[in-house]
Amino acid sequence: MDQFLQLIVAGLATGAIYALAAIGFTLVWQTSQTINFAQGEFVMLPAILVLTAAHLGLPMGLAFIVGSAAFVLLFGFGFKRFLVEPMQRHGVLPLAIATMALSVLIKEAAKNGFSAEAQPFPSLVPEGSVSVLGAAVSVRDIAIFVVAIAAILGLQAFITHTRTGRTMQATAQNPTVARILGVPVERMILLTFLINAALALIASYLISPVYLAKFSNGETIGLAAFIAAIVGGFNQIRGALAGGFLIGLIDNLAAAYVSSAYRTAVPLVVLVVVILVKPEGLLGRKEERTV
Amino acid sequence: MSRKLNTDLLIILIAVPILWFAPSGLKSYGLYVVSLWLVMSIAAMGLNLTLGYAGLTSLAQGAFLGIGAYATAILTAKAGWPLPAAFLVSTGLSFLVGVVLGFPALRVKHHYLAFVTLAFSVVVFLVARNEQWLTGGVYGLANIPRPVLFGTDLGGGLAFYRTVLVVTLALTLVMWWLLHSPWGRAFQALRENPLRAASLGVDIRAYTLLAFAIGSAFGGAAGSLYAPLVEFIDPAPFALSASFVLLLTVVAGGAGSFFGPFVGAFFSYMLPELLRATGGWYLIIYAAVVLVLVMVSPTGLLGLIDRWRDHQSQRRAAAIRAAARPTLASADKPTLENQGAAP
Repeated sequence: MDQFLQLIVAGLATGAIYALAAIGFTLVWQTSQTINFAQGEFVMLPAILVLTAAHLGLPMGLAFIVGSAAFVLLFGFGFKRFLVEPMQRHGVLPLAIATMALSVLIKEAAKNGFSAEAQPFPSLVPEGSVSVLGAAVSVRDIAIFVVAIAAILGLQAFITHTRTGRTMQATAQNPTVARILGVPVERMILLTFLINAALALIASYLISPVYLAKFSNGETIGLAAFIAAIVGGFNQIRGALAGGFLIGLIDNLAAAYVSSAYRTAVPLVVLVVVILVKPEGLLGRKEERTV
Repeated sequence: MSRKLNTDLLIILIAVPILWFAPSGLKSYGLYVVSLWLVMSIAAMGLNLTLGYAGLTSLAQGAFLGIGAYATAILTAKAGWPLPAAFLVSTGLSFLVGVVLGFPALRVKHHYLAFVTLAFSVVVFLVARNEQWLTGGVYGLANIPRPVLFGTDLGGGLAFYRTVLVVTLALTLVMWWLLHSPWGRAFQALRENPLRAASLGVDIRAYTLLAFAIGSAFGGAAGSLYAPLVEFIDPAPFALSASFVLLLTVVAGGAGSFFGPFVGAFFSYMLPELLRATGGWYLIIYAAVVLVLVMVSPTGLLGLIDRWRDHQSQRRAAAIRAAARPTLASADKPTLENQGAAP
């Protein structure tokens, strides 16, 4: 039972990270039909940028600021402006392929430009564990969970309770009508890309102290984020949230109770089953098709 | 259309003798690189059928390459089968797995298929890494024999390269025949407008499945040649990124163009070997070039050439029109001027 509780907490912490990445993924999909295959690399990179800035002699606090600013500028604004915008008229597939090339590019650049080895990343939370219902639960896991949830709730509040947020929703649901009603559609789309970058940033700073900063981290996280987004529902934020937690829990429980060698395979099986049984995702809406 | 058929065949006819004789001066490493190019062209050709002609996004071609390679390695190195038999079994196995995996393709479309095949790729990789009794796990399988046919040893660098060339030629012709058969035209109808294809009586389910399975079989065939080429396989070359690179290869060459896979494979598999001096930076250069290429011309390198040719012929037509206009004017003008001058 102790072990089970620990697994649940660890699963929720991992799930919160996946949810952050998955929510960014669905936001970008909703507003601009971008399937971002580089999403995992987006989560891997900020930590590397911060460490690079620190290596260049900046104090850690400043390195965080510089790294974050560089990342949001490059992969929030730059990604939208210089990759998505020119590619969009070619359709979903060429754009997806371009993001695949981008993912290879980021990964290799991090490997060659920074380090092929895993590097320690400063943790904002002390290590240690507290006893919850008789089980030793890592403080870090709790902190990850709390921070991620706070970020997601903040985002949710922004989207549903502010004018800008509702305008963003309108853009996602029907860009043409939104434009007619005077919504600055392009600016709203840019905003979702900035939010995506910010979510990736948070996820990166939360996960890197645990997994260490390494160029290949994005593979696992990216895969989990896809699965979470699709399982939960490609067109719903709460779907991505639920999917993230589900995959995080399944991932941790499978590692303990099924087989550590095949832990990655279990979420994949869930993915395939969901796609076959309910392709719009567990919480998703069906997308209507017109001839 | 029929002139296009002849050009394709003509290119094959010219290319084969060149490819047969040209590399004879190469050292074993050079021969390895050229052979690798052909092998990967076969895999890319299969994916080109799936993606470029039938319009199905598959992220599993690297996995099929792996299935073919492991099947061949196990059958020849462990069970002692001759390569041709192992080749047929590997190709057939990939076809069957393609049919089984293709069933999801009947239910889901677009990007969902990419995700199903992505999941499949990861699972194949995990099996290759974890099932040590069968695949050797991370230690891989060594001593994969090269073929001996009718008592002739085809294991030397040049002899094996030529064997690969002959197989590539055969598979290229099969692909050519396939694309120009009614099947091939049905595949293209599927890509262009599945609904219209269905209303014209094309059985979408059967053809989707067939396109996917045949594409997969080509992947398996490539893997079956890859194993004896490298003589040692481990799971790494068949990871998900291999499928990504194969997809980029097809797109870079020009999805849906007949020789696109060869151009793309040259770009993805031969240039890295030639540019080894740049070290790890090659992949960065490669990814950046592909990124720019996809943005500039989503139809790939051959699409770029086509566009240039269109542009040239338009300019030529414009030049002819421009040249024709003064003649009309000069025929008219003097009369006008004469009229003007007369009074």
